[in-house]
Formats: sequence, C-alpha cells, structure tokens
Amino acid sequence: MTRQSILDLYFMDARSKLIDIAAFLDRVDRGEGEPDFRLAAFRKALEELQHNEPVRAKSVLLSLSDPTTEPIPKAPGKGAIGAWPGPETH
Amino acid sequence: MRYIEPHGHMVSRTTDDYEAMIIAGCRAVCEPAFWAGYDRSGPEGFYDYFCQLTDYEPKRAAKFGLPHFTWLCINPKESEDTTLAAEVISLIPKFLDRPNVLGIGEIGLNKNTRNELKVLEQHIDLAARHDQLILVHTPHLEDKFKGTRLILDALLADSRIKPDRCIIDHVEEHTIQMVLDAGFWAGITLYPESKTTPARAVDMFEVYGGQRVWLNSACDWGRSDPLAVPKTAIEMRRRGHSEETIDKLVFQNPIRFLGQNPRFTVR
Repeated sequence: MTRQSILDLYFMDARSKLIDIAAFLDRVDRGEGEPDFRLAAFRKALEELQHNEPVRAKSVLLSLSDPTTEPIPKAPGKGAIGAWPGPETH
Repeated sequence: MRYIEPHGHMVSRTTDDYEAMIIAGCRAVCEPAFWAGYDRSGPEGFYDYFCQLTDYEPKRAAKFGLPHFTWLCINPKESEDTTLAAEVISLIPKFLDRPNVLGIGEIGLNKNTRNELKVLEQHIDLAARHDQLILVHTPHLEDKFKGTRLILDALLADSRIKPDRCIIDHVEEHTIQMVLDAGFWAGITLYPESKTTPARAVDMFEVYGGQRVWLNSACDWGRSDPLAVPKTAIEMRRRGHSEETIDKLVFQNPIRFLGQNPRFTVR
C-alpha cells in the first residue's frame, strides 16, 4: 500500500487513539495520590514511538515485558497487569 | 468467504454465536481445553469437562451444521498445583481416541513459574508418547516474551517433538519472529483489548508472511469476538489483498496444520 492509502485508511483511527492516550495522561495528572510503577512504564514505552524504524510496536511490547529468563518460584496470582514491575516482586 | 475458527472456547458462548459464525462462513471450530474462570475443585471436574468437550459440545455445534473439534490438557492457569495436574494428565489418554480430539492443548505457561514449566514438560511428554499435535498458549501481556522463550526451549529440548506439528498461539510483534524462526506454526489471536487487533494482525501477516500462520478469535467468557477472524478478512480486503490470499490465511492454513491429524476433515 502507498503511504497515502495508509493515511486514508487509518489516520482518523490513530488520531482518535492518540487523543485517548493524551486524555488518559491528563486524567492521571488530575488524580490524587501516588501512582504505581505502571505509569512510569507507560511513559517509558511512549519513548519508543520516537524511533524512526518500523519496529515501534515490537519495541513498545518489549519495553513493557519481563526481560528475565529464569522461571519464578511461585505464581503471585493468575492475572497479568500489562507492565513488568521489576525484579523485586519476584 | 469461508474460514476455520481454530481456537474458540465455545462452551462459554451462546447459540447466537454459533449461528453468527455459520452465517459468516465458518466451516469448523476447534476448542482447546482452558481455564473455567475459577479453579476446579479436583480431577473429577476435569473429567466432566473433557466429557463436555468430546461429547456434548460437538452435538451442540452439530445442530448448526458446524463440525466441532477439541484439544485436551490442564490449562497453565491451574498448573501451579502439580498434584492436581498429574491427576488430570493421567485422565487424558482415555479421551484421546474420541473422534473429535485433535491433540494436546492449550498447554503452556501463565506466570512462568517452575511448577508451570514442570507441568508443561509433562504435557509435552504426553503428546510425544501418543504422537499428538500440540497447541500452546503463551502468557499474557508482560509475561509473554519471557514465557514464549521458555516454551520454545522446552519444546526444542525434547527431540521427539517436531516443530511443524506444534502451534504457538497468541503471538504478537515481539514473539512471532522467534516462533517462526524455530520452525513452529504461529497463531495470531484477535482480542478487543489485549493480544492483537485486526489491523495489527494483518501487519504481522504482511511483514512476516503467512506460510505457517493462522488467525483465531480465542472467544471465551471474557471480552472477545467470535467473528474476529472474518472481520480480519474484511480488514485484508480493505488493504487490497486478493480473495485467494485471504482464503489461504483463514481457511487453507488451518487445514494444513490441523489436517496433520486425519480426524480433521472439512467439507
């Protein structure tokens, strides 16, 4: 597809999601209390969008991922929360 | 349009869903064993579930003219209890001769624990001893990258396992390359929030090719869409992919993988 065709198909959708992210960050700023590690992880992942190679989705996913390689001793629960809290939780 | 739904948890869906899938062109549905949303109290609960998957659910699907196939295992979310897991795994061989059973799945990891890995290795051994196809669940969100690496290592460590008889499901942009490079099939799961959207799925198809890839909705009791596969086919049309290319991805590819078990037939 041409870049123009891609813009024609996806620009409005991407624009909408971009504004949603901006509004989410505004909402967090207006909130009270201390945020947990997810906010810092989110902001760090946003930096991946600034790169010029077409691997941004992969980079964002890796930024939010557990980079360790060894199985953990015990499950802290069943669910996942979307960002890696760091080694201290293991 | 015609398509296969290779991963749908139909026991948690309605008859309206079956009807909508048929209308959309679904020709067969495959249902891996999974977590019920709560922990079952013992192996008897799994025995009943396996009966449901191999007896009742195919009859329910047949009322809509839809062939129903299944995969058996204890899901990784319940694998932390190794005693329970061993009891459940010992039940599986007596179900493997049921006419709609395609293999062992969806096995894998959830939180990447030592016990989950131990139970995964037991499932791999079970599949190897009974020459079964394998369907693998990869962990969610932040655990997926690490879990996928651990799963591939476990599969490749067993010389009896042939990668082209295993599908690694729920791949995303950070895991699909390693799965395909190791010779496995890759499943792309379409979810409204987690996993991938139709647009991202088509991106991955365009970047990595569709030689050993299938699409699935993994529809279950959570937010999910049993029509996600045909909706992604429509996304491919929007980008100008040919009907032949779409048919290969959503119909012929699942048949190529699943047809390795002669029980899997589609009209």
